[in-house]
Amino acid sequence: MTLGRRIAGRVLSGALVLLAAITLAFLSVHVAPGDIVDIIVGDQIPAPEVEAAIRAEWGLDRPLIVQYLSYLGRVLQGDFGRSYMLQTDVFPLLTGQLLPTLKLTAAAFVVAVVFAVVTALLTAHRPIGGRIMGGLELFLVSTPSFWLGIVLLYVFSFTLKIFPVAGDRSFSALVLPALALGLSLGAVVAQVLRQSLERALEEPFALTVRSWGAGEGTLRLRHALRHAAIPSVTLAGWLIGGLLGGAVITEQVFGRPGLGRVTVDAVLSKDIPVVLAVAIFSSAIYVTLSTAVDLLCLALDPRIRTGGR
Amino acid sequence: MSLIDIKGLHIAFPGVGEVVHGIDLTIAPGESVALVGESGSGKSVTARSLLGLGGIVRAERFTIDGEDVRTHAERDWRRIRGRRIGYVLQDALTSLDPLRRIGQQVADAGAPDRAGALRILSSVGIPAPETRLPQYPHQLSGGLRQRALIGTAIAREPALVIADEPTTALDVTVQKQILDLLEARKAAGNALLLISHDLAVVARLASRVLVMRNGRVVEEGPTSEVLRHPRHPYTRQLLDAIPTAASRGKRLAPRGADPLPPKHIDASRTVLEVQDLHKRFSGTPAVNGVSFRLAAGEALGIVGESGSGKTTVARMVMGLTEPDSGRILLDGQQFSRIPEVQRRPLRAGVQLIAQDPLGSFDPRYTVERIVGESLDTLGVFGAERRARVREVLEAVHLPERFLQSRPRDLSGGQRQRVAIARAFAPRPRLIVADEPVSALDVSIQAQVLDLLAELQAEFGTALLFISHDLGVVHHLTDRMIVMRGGEVVEEGDVTRVFTAPKAPYTRELIAAIPTL
Repeated sequence: MTLGRRIAGRVLSGALVLLAAITLAFLSVHVAPGDIVDIIVGDQIPAPEVEAAIRAEWGLDRPLIVQYLSYLGRVLQGDFGRSYMLQTDVFPLLTGQLLPTLKLTAAAFVVAVVFAVVTALLTAHRPIGGRIMGGLELFLVSTPSFWLGIVLLYVFSFTLKIFPVAGDRSFSALVLPALALGLSLGAVVAQVLRQSLERALEEPFALTVRSWGAGEGTLRLRHALRHAAIPSVTLAGWLIGGLLGGAVITEQVFGRPGLGRVTVDAVLSKDIPVVLAVAIFSSAIYVTLSTAVDLLCLALDPRIRTGGR
Repeated sequence: MSLIDIKGLHIAFPGVGEVVHGIDLTIAPGESVALVGESGSGKSVTARSLLGLGGIVRAERFTIDGEDVRTHAERDWRRIRGRRIGYVLQDALTSLDPLRRIGQQVADAGAPDRAGALRILSSVGIPAPETRLPQYPHQLSGGLRQRALIGTAIAREPALVIADEPTTALDVTVQKQILDLLEARKAAGNALLLISHDLAVVARLASRVLVMRNGRVVEEGPTSEVLRHPRHPYTRQLLDAIPTAASRGKRLAPRGADPLPPKHIDASRTVLEVQDLHKRFSGTPAVNGVSFRLAAGEALGIVGESGSGKTTVARMVMGLTEPDSGRILLDGQQFSRIPEVQRRPLRAGVQLIAQDPLGSFDPRYTVERIVGESLDTLGVFGAERRARVREVLEAVHLPERFLQSRPRDLSGGQRQRVAIARAFAPRPRLIVADEPVSALDVSIQAQVLDLLAELQAEFGTALLFISHDLGVVHHLTDRMIVMRGGEVVEEGDVTRVFTAPKAPYTRELIAAIPTL
């Protein structure tokens, strides 16, 4: 199979997964308890004609398959419907909130990658350094990011007054949330990366590279890191998906706007169109990430490009 | 002045202790010296110490090009590596960085520019080197890959090249090409330190040989002298362990006092019949019209290089891969292209011995469970199973205390004994052995071959023996098939094939075997 067909196949299967996710999200909302009429009308007992009018307004009187197909058609055009509670279009509502979340996730990702690569490169096969960093990583992994966030706030904002306490006005406001979110992710990746780096350094080619007179830095950066990167990239892809979940809480702690807050509000008020859109958004992000991870692995390892030898 | 001058070399590893106990080694410019020994003898560790790689080194004298290296720091060693001493490992598939292009790696190793890289690659006999620069190691054939690896070692024109088992993973014709290349370098006046367990390879390349055992040199001298008139019993044992035509029907290992039991081939009883097998993998024919038969008690060797289809034949005989067409009859019963429900009761009749026993064992199982599991399909359980397992372990000369051991605790030879015990436990009519000794040292190989011959004769089992090592096949089997590109190019009595080969390819294979 050629490389082009492999890539096309991967992207296509990503699209199919996304379609399945949309379908599943749509169906599960219909299976779930709770009725739109109760949500909108509240505690009053509605008159039958009011109830029918509400159902007709939201298109709920039509057969399920018609509702599904029209929803799918609208989603493909970027129309996720109107929020029950806020009475505004969902798409602009979410995209407006997505940007801060993406900013936070991206910053956290950078923190994670830098932390993981630097500590792994410096401490692989270093008995003392490895043990110290291993302990620190264990601490970071087992610490919930919101708690880490509170500690960081206490130290750097309240005590040292270096970074602002809350909000999203400047770059410096991004630093602490990104650290809180990124360090625990970075710690997990660092552990995997160090282990695979150590394995790569024990491969016969490492001996060959040393026998050329190459220094330890060259061996690690130019040769071993790429081998070690493959499992770590796969793991990191998964974890970034998880970052979005982590972002929900971190956004609360640091009082930041973002997708997380919208989601929490929507779930609490059973605002179905928003919940659906969030579910679809996050599966789209997951699918994009896992496709990107697979393509990145193809780029990293020439051996899997042709499907083995 | 000697290139290398070492006296009283000790090498230790933290947590392991001393592994090399005071050896002397000198290499003159242009000289080619061999270190011979089995795994664990300290030969590779010694070679690596010349590059300052690994181990805590202590020596009375240790000079390279007259320079005392005993107090060298990492930075000083890097001036020696690649520049004065080049290093070639076995199996370029893992010894070159699999994720970097050949051209990049030759540059990493010190080629000044593209022209330099091309010059280096053509000097190691790579045709059309410009097509190889953008390729990855896995895209090259085994021979080209090994040449490229040698190319990286000589990129900075070192005065000495250390070749550590440079041909161990290679097919015999490819091995010959690599030996020719090393010989040409030697003829051009380059010094060579060859590390090998293969005495025939050593005989071809080295003018002086050091035989190592347990971190000591037990014998040293001119190669022809040592190989023809070994003085130390260990050297003699190594030489006796090499399977050849002359060793047919005899034991290879020193246990040798009791002769092998006589072999009974019952030509009237066909155990395995293979008729016109064909198999394609995604369009490419892997096996193309292979037929043969195997009588009770007979040993049939299948010889061929990687990609010849010999392992695919073995898998089809085992019922692990379905042939596209053709038939396999086991004891006259249809064994191929039948539903698994029908095949399963027959499976106990054909057993496998794989190349890497560690990989074919569940690491958490004990020896008793590993061997006993093969009796599942026969419905042998409880006291009867325990008795059978003990009986078969005794047959492979493993004491009962190994019953509760796990694969990891066993040595390579012991593991292969367990694999043999597992294969013989259900008393199969046929055993398929796929490269069962190619991962073993020569003396362990000798013990395993002796054991196979012994059990095969004792139980009258038919043996389908797959190997790329012609010496082993010559020693052990009665008849042989030579395969190439999925087809049988020659079939016949082993002695006939070796003395009067008909097919040109068989002649080429036999000519490529290095001899003592």
